[in-house]
Amino acid sequence: MSKIMVNDKAISVPGETLAVGMDVLPGIGTYREGEKIVANRLGLAMIDGRTIKLIPLSGRYSPKTGDTIICKVIDVGFNGWRLDTNSAYSAMLSMKDATSDFIARGANLTQYYDLGDYIVCKIVNVTSQKLIDVTMKGPGLRKLKGGRIIEVDPNKVPRIIGKQGSMVVMIKDASKCNIVVGQNGLIWIDGEPINELLAIQTIRKIEKESHTSGLTDKIKEYLEKNGKKN
Amino acid sequence: MYRELRSHIISLLNAGTRLDGRKPTEYRKPIEVEYGTLKTAEGSARVRIGETEVFVGVKMEVGEPYPDTPDEGTIIVGAELLPLSNPEFELGPPGIQAIELARVVDRGIRESKAIDFKKLCIEKGEKVWMVIIDICPINDAGNLFDASSLAALAALKDAKYPSFDGEKIDYKVKTDKKLLLEKMPIAVTVVKIGDKFIVDPDTEEEKAIDSRLTVSSIEDGTLCALQKGGDFPLTVEEIDKMLDIGIEKGKELRKRL
Repeated sequence: MSKIMVNDKAISVPGETLAVGMDVLPGIGTYREGEKIVANRLGLAMIDGRTIKLIPLSGRYSPKTGDTIICKVIDVGFNGWRLDTNSAYSAMLSMKDATSDFIARGANLTQYYDLGDYIVCKIVNVTSQKLIDVTMKGPGLRKLKGGRIIEVDPNKVPRIIGKQGSMVVMIKDASKCNIVVGQNGLIWIDGEPINELLAIQTIRKIEKESHTSGLTDKIKEYLEKNGKKN
Repeated sequence: MYRELRSHIISLLNAGTRLDGRKPTEYRKPIEVEYGTLKTAEGSARVRIGETEVFVGVKMEVGEPYPDTPDEGTIIVGAELLPLSNPEFELGPPGIQAIELARVVDRGIRESKAIDFKKLCIEKGEKVWMVIIDICPINDAGNLFDASSLAALAALKDAKYPSFDGEKIDYKVKTDKKLLLEKMPIAVTVVKIGDKFIVDPDTEEEKAIDSRLTVSSIEDGTLCALQKGGDFPLTVEEIDKMLDIGIEKGKELRKRL
Protein backbone atom coordinates (compact mmCIF):
# COMPACT_ATOMS: atom_id res chain seq x y z
CA MET A 1 0.00 0.00 0.00
CA SER A 2 1.48 3.32 -1.01
CA LYS A 3 1.31 6.50 0.92
CA ILE A 4 1.05 10.05 -0.44
CA MET A 5 3.01 12.40 1.78
CA VAL A 6 1.78 15.79 0.56
CA ASN A 7 -1.56 17.54 0.20
CA ASP A 8 -2.94 18.50 -3.17
CA LYS A 9 -1.47 21.84 -4.37
CA ALA A 10 1.14 21.87 -1.59
CA ILE A 11 4.35 23.76 -2.29
CA SER A 12 7.19 21.27 -2.69
CA VAL A 13 10.93 21.81 -2.81
CA PRO A 14 13.55 19.80 -4.74
CA GLY A 15 14.40 16.60 -2.88
CA GLU A 16 11.15 16.45 -0.98
CA THR A 17 9.55 13.02 -0.82
CA LEU A 18 6.07 13.28 -2.28
CA ALA A 19 4.95 9.70 -1.96
CA VAL A 20 6.17 6.23 -1.00
CA GLY A 21 5.08 3.09 -2.83
CA MET A 22 5.17 1.46 -6.21
CA ASP A 23 1.55 1.98 -7.24
CA VAL A 24 1.91 5.78 -7.44
CA LEU A 25 3.47 7.07 -10.66
CA PRO A 26 5.92 9.96 -11.05
CA GLY A 27 4.68 12.75 -13.40
CA ILE A 28 6.35 15.86 -14.79
CA GLY A 29 8.82 17.45 -12.38
CA THR A 30 9.26 14.32 -10.24
CA TYR A 31 11.35 11.19 -10.32
CA ARG A 32 11.38 7.78 -8.69
CA GLU A 33 14.07 6.82 -6.25
CA GLY A 34 13.54 3.26 -5.06
CA GLU A 35 10.13 3.24 -3.43
CA LYS A 36 9.94 6.99 -3.17
CA ILE A 37 8.70 9.69 -5.54
CA VAL A 38 10.81 12.80 -5.16
CA ALA A 39 10.31 16.38 -6.39
CA ASN A 40 13.06 17.73 -8.64
CA ARG A 41 11.97 21.34 -8.75
CA LEU A 42 10.10 23.99 -6.79
CA GLY A 43 6.40 23.90 -7.48
CA LEU A 44 2.91 22.88 -6.53
CA ALA A 45 2.36 19.14 -6.16
CA MET A 46 -0.76 18.00 -7.98
CA ILE A 47 -2.30 14.60 -7.30
CA ASP A 48 -4.02 13.36 -10.40
CA GLY A 49 -5.41 9.89 -9.80
CA ARG A 50 -2.38 7.62 -9.46
CA THR A 51 0.20 10.10 -10.75
CA ILE A 52 1.85 12.93 -8.91
CA LYS A 53 3.10 15.87 -10.95
CA LEU A 54 4.66 19.21 -10.11
CA ILE A 55 3.46 22.49 -11.56
CA PRO A 56 6.63 24.62 -11.58
CA LEU A 57 6.46 28.09 -10.04
CA SER A 58 9.29 29.51 -12.15
CA GLY A 59 11.95 28.52 -14.60
CA ARG A 60 12.78 28.63 -18.29
CA TYR A 61 10.71 27.25 -21.09
CA SER A 62 11.35 23.67 -22.08
CA PRO A 63 10.28 22.82 -25.66
CA LYS A 64 7.38 20.42 -26.15
CA THR A 65 5.97 18.94 -29.36
CA GLY A 66 2.82 20.73 -30.48
CA ASP A 67 3.56 24.05 -28.78
CA THR A 68 3.02 27.26 -30.72
CA ILE A 69 5.94 29.53 -29.95
CA ILE A 70 7.31 32.91 -30.98
CA CYS A 71 10.90 32.71 -32.22
CA LYS A 72 13.57 35.11 -33.38
CA VAL A 73 15.63 34.33 -36.47
CA ILE A 74 19.28 34.12 -35.42
CA ASP A 75 20.85 32.55 -38.48
CA VAL A 76 20.03 32.05 -42.15
CA GLY A 77 21.65 28.96 -43.63
CA PHE A 78 21.65 27.22 -46.99
CA ASN A 79 18.54 25.19 -46.43
CA GLY A 80 16.73 26.85 -43.59
CA TRP A 81 16.73 29.16 -40.62
CA ARG A 82 17.94 28.80 -37.06
CA LEU A 83 15.63 30.25 -34.46
CA ASP A 84 16.03 31.40 -30.88
CA THR A 85 13.23 29.77 -28.91
CA ASN A 86 13.76 31.62 -25.62
CA SER A 87 14.90 28.31 -24.12
CA ALA A 88 18.26 26.60 -23.81
CA TYR A 89 17.92 25.05 -27.27
CA SER A 90 17.60 26.62 -30.69
CA ALA A 91 15.13 25.42 -33.29
CA MET A 92 15.57 24.61 -36.95
CA LEU A 93 13.10 25.73 -39.58
CA SER A 94 13.80 23.87 -42.79
CA MET A 95 12.98 25.32 -46.19
CA LYS A 96 10.23 22.87 -46.93
CA ASP A 97 8.39 23.72 -43.72
CA ALA A 98 8.83 27.47 -44.09
CA THR A 99 6.47 28.42 -46.85
CA SER A 100 4.15 26.95 -49.46
CA ASP A 101 5.75 29.23 -52.10
CA PHE A 102 8.17 27.78 -54.60
CA ILE A 103 11.73 28.64 -53.58
CA ALA A 104 14.17 28.60 -56.49
CA ARG A 105 17.53 26.89 -56.10
CA GLY A 106 20.05 29.23 -54.51
CA ALA A 107 17.40 31.87 -53.74
CA ASN A 108 18.19 34.48 -51.12
CA LEU A 109 16.44 33.13 -48.06
CA THR A 110 16.48 36.46 -46.25
CA GLN A 111 13.59 37.65 -48.42
CA TYR A 112 11.35 35.26 -46.49
CA TYR A 113 12.72 35.59 -42.98
CA ASP A 114 15.64 37.85 -42.22
CA LEU A 115 17.91 38.02 -39.18
CA GLY A 116 16.10 39.51 -36.22
CA ASP A 117 12.60 38.81 -37.55
CA TYR A 118 10.09 37.32 -35.17
CA ILE A 119 7.90 34.48 -36.36
CA VAL A 120 5.09 32.38 -34.89
CA CYS A 121 5.75 28.71 -35.49
CA LYS A 122 4.76 25.32 -34.22
CA ILE A 123 7.05 22.63 -32.81
CA VAL A 124 6.67 19.40 -34.79
CA ASN A 125 9.37 17.38 -33.12
CA VAL A 126 11.75 17.50 -30.17
CA THR A 127 14.39 14.77 -30.13
CA SER A 128 15.87 13.27 -27.00
CA GLN A 129 18.92 15.45 -27.69
CA LYS A 130 16.61 18.47 -27.73
CA LEU A 131 16.95 19.22 -31.42
CA ILE A 132 13.80 21.14 -32.26
CA ASP A 133 12.05 21.11 -35.62
CA VAL A 134 9.39 23.72 -36.28
CA THR A 135 6.93 24.38 -39.07
CA MET A 136 5.24 27.47 -40.47
CA LYS A 137 2.41 25.49 -42.03
CA GLY A 138 -0.78 25.84 -40.04
CA PRO A 139 -3.41 28.40 -39.10
CA GLY A 140 -2.02 31.57 -37.56
CA LEU A 141 1.63 30.70 -38.18
CA ARG A 142 3.32 33.67 -39.82
CA LYS A 143 5.98 36.32 -39.66
CA LEU A 144 5.21 39.11 -37.19
CA LYS A 145 5.26 42.56 -38.74
CA GLY A 146 5.16 45.72 -36.66
CA GLY A 147 4.09 45.66 -33.04
CA ARG A 148 6.35 44.71 -30.19
CA ILE A 149 7.50 41.68 -28.27
CA ILE A 150 7.42 41.35 -24.50
CA GLU A 151 8.79 38.56 -22.37
CA VAL A 152 6.90 36.88 -19.55
CA ASP A 153 7.51 33.90 -17.31
CA PRO A 154 6.70 30.84 -19.50
CA ASN A 155 5.09 29.14 -16.50
CA LYS A 156 2.50 31.92 -16.33
CA VAL A 157 1.49 31.58 -19.97
CA PRO A 158 -1.48 29.26 -19.24
CA ARG A 159 -2.86 31.90 -16.86
CA ILE A 160 -2.43 34.65 -19.45
CA ILE A 161 -4.29 32.60 -22.04
CA GLY A 162 -7.00 31.47 -19.60
CA LYS A 163 -9.55 28.70 -20.06
CA GLN A 164 -10.14 28.29 -23.80
CA GLY A 165 -8.35 31.58 -24.28
CA SER A 166 -10.86 33.54 -22.18
CA MET A 167 -8.28 35.80 -20.57
CA VAL A 168 -6.42 36.79 -23.71
CA VAL A 169 -9.69 37.38 -25.58
CA MET A 170 -10.76 39.72 -22.79
CA ILE A 171 -7.51 41.70 -23.09
CA LYS A 172 -7.82 41.79 -26.87
CA ASP A 173 -11.37 43.15 -26.65
CA ALA A 174 -10.55 45.76 -24.02
CA SER A 175 -7.34 46.98 -25.62
CA LYS A 176 -8.29 46.55 -29.27
CA CYS A 177 -4.81 45.12 -29.86
CA ASN A 178 -3.69 42.14 -31.85
CA ILE A 179 -2.04 39.73 -29.42
CA VAL A 180 -0.21 36.48 -30.05
CA VAL A 181 0.93 34.50 -27.00
CA GLY A 182 3.77 32.02 -27.53
CA GLN A 183 4.05 29.05 -25.17
CA ASN A 184 7.70 29.98 -24.73
CA GLY A 185 6.87 33.19 -22.89
CA LEU A 186 7.16 35.68 -25.73
CA ILE A 187 4.10 37.77 -26.46
CA TRP A 188 3.53 39.93 -29.53
CA ILE A 189 1.30 42.98 -29.19
CA ASP A 190 0.25 45.41 -31.88
CA GLY A 191 -2.19 48.28 -31.54
CA GLU A 192 -2.52 51.95 -30.68
CA PRO A 193 0.29 53.12 -28.35
CA ILE A 194 -1.91 53.78 -25.34
CA ASN A 195 -3.81 50.54 -25.85
CA GLU A 196 -0.62 48.53 -26.17
CA LEU A 197 0.42 49.93 -22.81
CA LEU A 198 -2.88 48.86 -21.25
CA ALA A 199 -2.43 45.35 -22.65
CA ILE A 200 1.13 45.13 -21.29
CA GLN A 201 0.15 46.43 -17.86
CA THR A 202 -2.68 43.91 -17.71
CA ILE A 203 -0.36 41.05 -18.67
CA ARG A 204 2.14 42.12 -16.01
CA LYS A 205 -0.68 42.18 -13.47
CA ILE A 206 -1.71 38.64 -14.43
CA GLU A 207 1.90 37.52 -14.14
CA LYS A 208 2.16 39.00 -10.67
CA GLU A 209 -1.15 37.66 -9.37
CA SER A 210 -1.20 34.38 -11.28
CA HIS A 211 -1.35 32.30 -8.09
CA THR A 212 -4.54 33.91 -6.77
CA SER A 213 -8.02 32.59 -7.46
CA GLY A 214 -10.78 34.58 -9.11
CA LEU A 215 -8.21 36.19 -11.37
CA THR A 216 -10.51 36.52 -14.38
CA ASP A 217 -12.94 38.69 -12.44
CA LYS A 218 -10.13 40.81 -11.04
CA ILE A 219 -8.68 41.40 -14.48
CA LYS A 220 -12.11 42.21 -15.88
CA GLU A 221 -12.54 44.85 -13.22
CA TYR A 222 -9.03 46.18 -13.84
CA LEU A 223 -9.62 46.47 -17.57
CA GLU A 224 -12.95 48.24 -17.05
CA LYS A 225 -11.39 50.71 -14.63
CA ASN A 226 -8.27 51.45 -16.65
CA GLY A 227 -9.71 51.04 -20.13
CA LYS A 228 -12.18 53.89 -19.60
CA LYS A 229 -9.39 56.43 -19.17
CA ASN A 230 -8.33 55.99 -22.77
CA MET B 1 18.62 43.54 -37.12
CA TYR B 2 16.15 45.69 -35.23
CA ARG B 3 14.24 47.21 -38.14
CA GLU B 4 10.83 46.23 -36.84
CA LEU B 5 11.59 47.50 -33.36
CA ARG B 6 12.98 50.75 -34.70
CA SER B 7 10.03 51.48 -36.96
CA HIS B 8 7.69 50.72 -34.07
CA ILE B 9 9.54 53.12 -31.78
CA ILE B 10 9.44 55.82 -34.45
CA SER B 11 5.72 55.42 -34.98
CA LEU B 12 5.24 55.70 -31.22
CA LEU B 13 7.42 58.81 -31.09
CA ASN B 14 5.36 60.37 -33.87
CA ALA B 15 2.36 59.88 -31.60
CA GLY B 16 4.31 61.61 -28.80
CA THR B 17 4.89 58.55 -26.64
CA ARG B 18 7.37 55.72 -26.07
CA LEU B 19 7.42 51.99 -25.48
CA ASP B 20 6.73 52.36 -21.76
CA GLY B 21 4.36 55.30 -22.15
CA ARG B 22 6.84 58.00 -21.20
CA LYS B 23 7.09 61.38 -22.94
CA PRO B 24 10.15 61.80 -25.20
CA THR B 25 12.08 63.89 -22.68
CA GLU B 26 11.04 62.17 -19.49
CA TYR B 27 13.29 60.17 -17.21
CA ARG B 28 12.21 56.86 -15.77
CA LYS B 29 11.00 56.82 -12.18
CA PRO B 30 12.18 56.57 -9.52
CA ILE B 31 15.52 58.35 -9.61
CA GLU B 32 17.16 57.48 -6.31
CA VAL B 33 20.54 58.41 -4.91
CA GLU B 34 21.84 56.65 -1.81
CA TYR B 35 25.09 57.75 -0.16
CA GLY B 36 27.71 55.73 1.71
CA THR B 37 26.54 52.30 0.61
CA LEU B 38 29.98 50.65 0.65
CA LYS B 39 31.83 50.59 3.97
CA THR B 40 35.32 49.86 2.66
CA ALA B 41 35.34 52.74 0.19
CA GLU B 42 36.20 56.32 1.12
CA GLY B 43 33.08 57.45 -0.67
CA SER B 44 30.31 55.52 -2.35
CA ALA B 45 26.87 55.85 -3.79
CA ARG B 46 24.13 53.80 -5.33
CA VAL B 47 21.99 55.33 -8.04
CA ARG B 48 18.82 53.95 -9.49
CA ILE B 49 17.13 55.29 -12.58
CA GLY B 50 14.10 53.14 -13.17
CA GLU B 51 15.47 49.61 -13.18
CA THR B 52 19.02 50.63 -14.00
CA GLU B 53 21.20 50.40 -10.92
CA VAL B 54 24.82 51.47 -10.50
CA PHE B 55 27.25 51.36 -7.59
CA VAL B 56 30.22 53.69 -7.54
CA GLY B 57 33.05 53.54 -5.05
CA VAL B 58 35.79 56.10 -4.49
CA LYS B 59 39.17 55.03 -3.14
CA MET B 60 41.99 57.41 -2.29
CA GLU B 61 45.65 56.60 -2.57
CA VAL B 62 48.87 58.52 -2.20
CA GLY B 63 51.16 58.44 -5.18
CA GLU B 64 53.71 60.34 -7.16
CA PRO B 65 52.45 63.17 -9.38
CA TYR B 66 52.99 63.22 -13.13
CA PRO B 67 56.26 65.02 -14.00
CA ASP B 68 54.46 67.71 -16.05
CA THR B 69 52.08 68.59 -13.20
CA PRO B 70 54.15 68.19 -10.01
CA ASP B 71 51.63 70.05 -7.82
CA GLU B 72 48.46 68.33 -8.98
CA GLY B 73 46.71 65.15 -7.89
CA THR B 74 44.69 63.11 -10.30
CA ILE B 75 41.60 61.01 -10.81
CA ILE B 76 41.38 57.56 -12.34
CA VAL B 77 38.03 56.26 -13.51
CA GLY B 78 37.42 52.61 -14.22
CA ALA B 79 34.25 50.78 -15.21
CA GLU B 80 33.58 47.10 -15.17
CA LEU B 81 30.49 45.83 -16.96
CA LEU B 82 29.55 42.74 -15.00
CA PRO B 83 27.78 39.88 -16.77
CA LEU B 84 25.30 39.92 -13.92
CA SER B 85 24.00 43.29 -15.07
CA ASN B 86 23.32 42.36 -18.69
CA PRO B 87 23.48 38.97 -20.41
CA GLU B 88 25.38 40.55 -23.31
CA PHE B 89 28.34 41.53 -21.12
CA GLU B 90 31.21 39.12 -20.73
CA LEU B 91 34.01 38.69 -18.25
CA GLY B 92 37.53 39.63 -19.22
CA PRO B 93 39.43 42.80 -19.96
CA PRO B 94 37.23 45.89 -20.41
CA GLY B 95 35.75 46.23 -23.88
CA ILE B 96 34.90 49.30 -25.94
CA GLN B 97 31.68 49.91 -24.03
CA ALA B 98 33.31 49.82 -20.61
CA ILE B 99 36.18 52.06 -21.71
CA GLU B 100 33.82 54.60 -23.25
CA LEU B 101 31.68 54.63 -20.12
CA ALA B 102 34.69 55.26 -17.91
CA ARG B 103 36.05 57.96 -20.18
CA VAL B 104 32.76 59.83 -20.44
CA VAL B 105 32.44 59.89 -16.66
CA ASP B 106 36.11 60.86 -16.30
CA ARG B 107 35.87 63.70 -18.80
CA GLY B 108 32.76 65.17 -17.19
CA ILE B 109 34.49 65.41 -13.82
CA ARG B 110 37.90 66.43 -15.17
CA GLU B 111 36.87 69.09 -17.66
CA SER B 112 34.28 70.73 -15.42
CA LYS B 113 37.09 71.17 -12.85
CA ALA B 114 34.76 69.61 -10.28
CA ILE B 115 37.81 68.66 -8.23
CA ASP B 116 40.60 71.18 -7.78
CA PHE B 117 43.61 68.97 -8.53
CA LYS B 118 45.94 71.45 -6.81
CA LYS B 119 44.17 70.80 -3.52
CA LEU B 120 45.05 67.11 -3.84
CA CYS B 121 48.74 67.95 -3.59
CA ILE B 122 50.44 66.88 -0.35
CA GLU B 123 54.08 67.61 -1.16
CA LYS B 124 55.00 69.17 -4.46
CA GLY B 125 56.66 66.72 -6.85
CA GLU B 126 56.62 63.98 -4.22
CA LYS B 127 53.23 63.04 -2.92
CA VAL B 128 49.72 63.71 -4.15
CA TRP B 129 46.30 62.18 -3.56
CA MET B 130 45.00 59.97 -6.33
CA VAL B 131 41.25 59.58 -6.45
CA ILE B 132 40.15 56.27 -7.92
CA ILE B 133 36.56 56.05 -9.05
CA ASP B 134 35.18 52.61 -9.81
CA ILE B 135 31.90 52.13 -11.60
CA CYS B 136 30.00 48.91 -11.13
CA PRO B 137 26.62 48.49 -12.79
CA ILE B 138 24.37 46.05 -10.94
CA ASN B 139 21.60 46.13 -13.50
CA ASP B 140 21.80 47.58 -16.99
CA ALA B 141 18.29 48.45 -18.10
CA GLY B 142 19.57 51.21 -20.35
CA ASN B 143 21.26 54.59 -19.97
CA LEU B 144 24.33 53.55 -17.98
CA PHE B 145 26.02 56.83 -18.92
CA ASP B 146 23.69 59.09 -16.98
CA ALA B 147 23.31 56.72 -14.06
CA SER B 148 27.08 56.21 -13.76
CA SER B 149 28.04 59.85 -13.92
CA LEU B 150 25.36 60.75 -11.39
CA ALA B 151 26.58 57.96 -9.12
CA ALA B 152 30.22 59.01 -9.55
CA LEU B 153 29.39 62.55 -8.54
CA ALA B 154 27.36 61.37 -5.56
CA ALA B 155 30.23 59.10 -4.45
CA LEU B 156 32.71 61.99 -4.72
CA LYS B 157 30.36 64.15 -2.70
CA ASP B 158 30.30 61.44 -0.04
CA ALA B 159 34.08 60.89 -0.02
CA LYS B 160 36.22 61.66 3.06
CA TYR B 161 40.00 61.52 3.23
CA PRO B 162 41.42 58.53 5.10
CA SER B 163 43.93 59.32 7.85
CA PHE B 164 47.45 59.76 6.54
CA ASP B 165 50.52 60.30 8.74
CA GLY B 166 52.91 61.21 5.96
CA GLU B 167 54.06 57.63 5.50
CA LYS B 168 51.14 55.27 5.51
CA ILE B 169 47.43 55.53 4.97
CA ASP B 170 45.18 54.00 7.59
CA TYR B 171 42.05 53.12 5.67
CA LYS B 172 40.29 52.03 8.85
CA VAL B 173 40.19 55.62 10.12
CA LYS B 174 38.30 58.19 8.13
CA THR B 175 38.92 61.85 8.82
CA ASP B 176 36.21 64.51 8.79
CA LYS B 177 37.88 66.24 5.90
CA LYS B 178 35.71 65.97 2.85
CA LEU B 179 36.81 65.88 -0.74
CA LEU B 180 35.70 69.31 -1.91
CA LEU B 181 33.57 69.49 -5.02
CA GLU B 182 33.74 72.86 -6.75
CA LYS B 183 31.23 72.09 -9.48
CA MET B 184 28.44 69.63 -10.08
CA PRO B 185 28.79 68.22 -13.57
CA ILE B 186 25.77 66.20 -14.65
CA ALA B 187 25.75 64.08 -17.81
CA VAL B 188 22.57 63.70 -19.82
CA THR B 189 22.49 61.43 -22.84
CA VAL B 190 20.22 62.70 -25.59
CA VAL B 191 19.37 60.10 -28.19
CA LYS B 192 18.21 60.59 -31.75
CA ILE B 193 15.90 58.02 -33.29
CA GLY B 194 14.49 58.94 -36.70
CA ASP B 195 14.15 62.71 -36.43
CA LYS B 196 13.09 62.69 -32.79
CA PHE B 197 15.11 63.29 -29.64
CA ILE B 198 14.64 61.37 -26.42
CA VAL B 199 16.41 61.11 -23.08
CA ASP B 200 16.98 58.11 -20.83
CA PRO B 201 16.64 55.29 -23.39
CA ASP B 202 15.80 51.85 -22.03
CA THR B 203 17.42 48.63 -23.28
CA GLU B 204 15.13 48.27 -26.26
CA GLU B 205 15.44 51.89 -27.33
CA GLU B 206 19.22 51.61 -27.08
CA LYS B 207 19.10 48.91 -29.76
CA ALA B 208 17.32 51.25 -32.15
CA ILE B 209 19.27 54.49 -31.75
CA ASP B 210 20.69 56.43 -34.71
CA SER B 211 23.04 58.57 -32.68
CA ARG B 212 23.53 59.74 -29.13
CA LEU B 213 25.16 62.74 -27.53
CA THR B 214 26.19 62.77 -23.89
CA VAL B 215 26.05 66.35 -22.62
CA SER B 216 27.80 67.24 -19.36
CA SER B 217 26.94 70.61 -17.88
CA ILE B 218 27.42 72.38 -14.57
CA GLU B 219 24.99 74.40 -12.41
CA ASP B 220 24.91 77.57 -14.50
CA GLY B 221 24.37 75.63 -17.72
CA THR B 222 28.00 75.82 -18.87
CA LEU B 223 28.96 72.93 -21.08
CA CYS B 224 31.99 70.94 -19.99
CA ALA B 225 32.07 67.77 -22.05
CA LEU B 226 30.42 66.06 -24.98
CA GLN B 227 30.53 62.54 -26.29
CA LYS B 228 28.96 61.52 -29.57
CA GLY B 229 28.08 57.90 -30.28
CA GLY B 230 25.98 55.88 -32.70
CA ASP B 231 26.33 55.26 -36.41
CA PHE B 232 24.73 58.37 -37.89
CA PRO B 233 26.03 61.95 -38.16
CA LEU B 234 24.40 64.98 -36.56
CA THR B 235 23.85 68.42 -38.08
CA VAL B 236 24.77 71.62 -36.22
CA GLU B 237 21.08 72.44 -35.65
CA GLU B 238 20.46 68.98 -34.23
CA ILE B 239 23.38 69.31 -31.86
CA ASP B 240 22.03 72.70 -30.74
CA LYS B 241 18.68 71.15 -29.95
CA MET B 242 20.29 68.22 -28.13
CA LEU B 243 22.42 70.57 -26.02
CA ASP B 244 19.33 72.51 -24.95
CA ILE B 245 17.58 69.31 -23.91
CA GLY B 246 20.72 68.03 -22.17
CA ILE B 247 21.32 71.17 -20.12
CA GLU B 248 17.68 71.50 -19.12
CA LYS B 249 17.40 67.85 -18.07
CA GLY B 250 20.71 68.18 -16.23
CA LYS B 251 19.13 70.79 -13.95
CA GLU B 252 16.37 68.33 -13.18
CA LEU B 253 18.80 65.54 -12.35
CA ARG B 254 20.95 67.79 -10.18
CA LYS B 255 18.05 68.30 -7.76
CA ARG B 256 18.24 64.59 -6.92
CA LEU B 257 21.72 64.87 -5.41
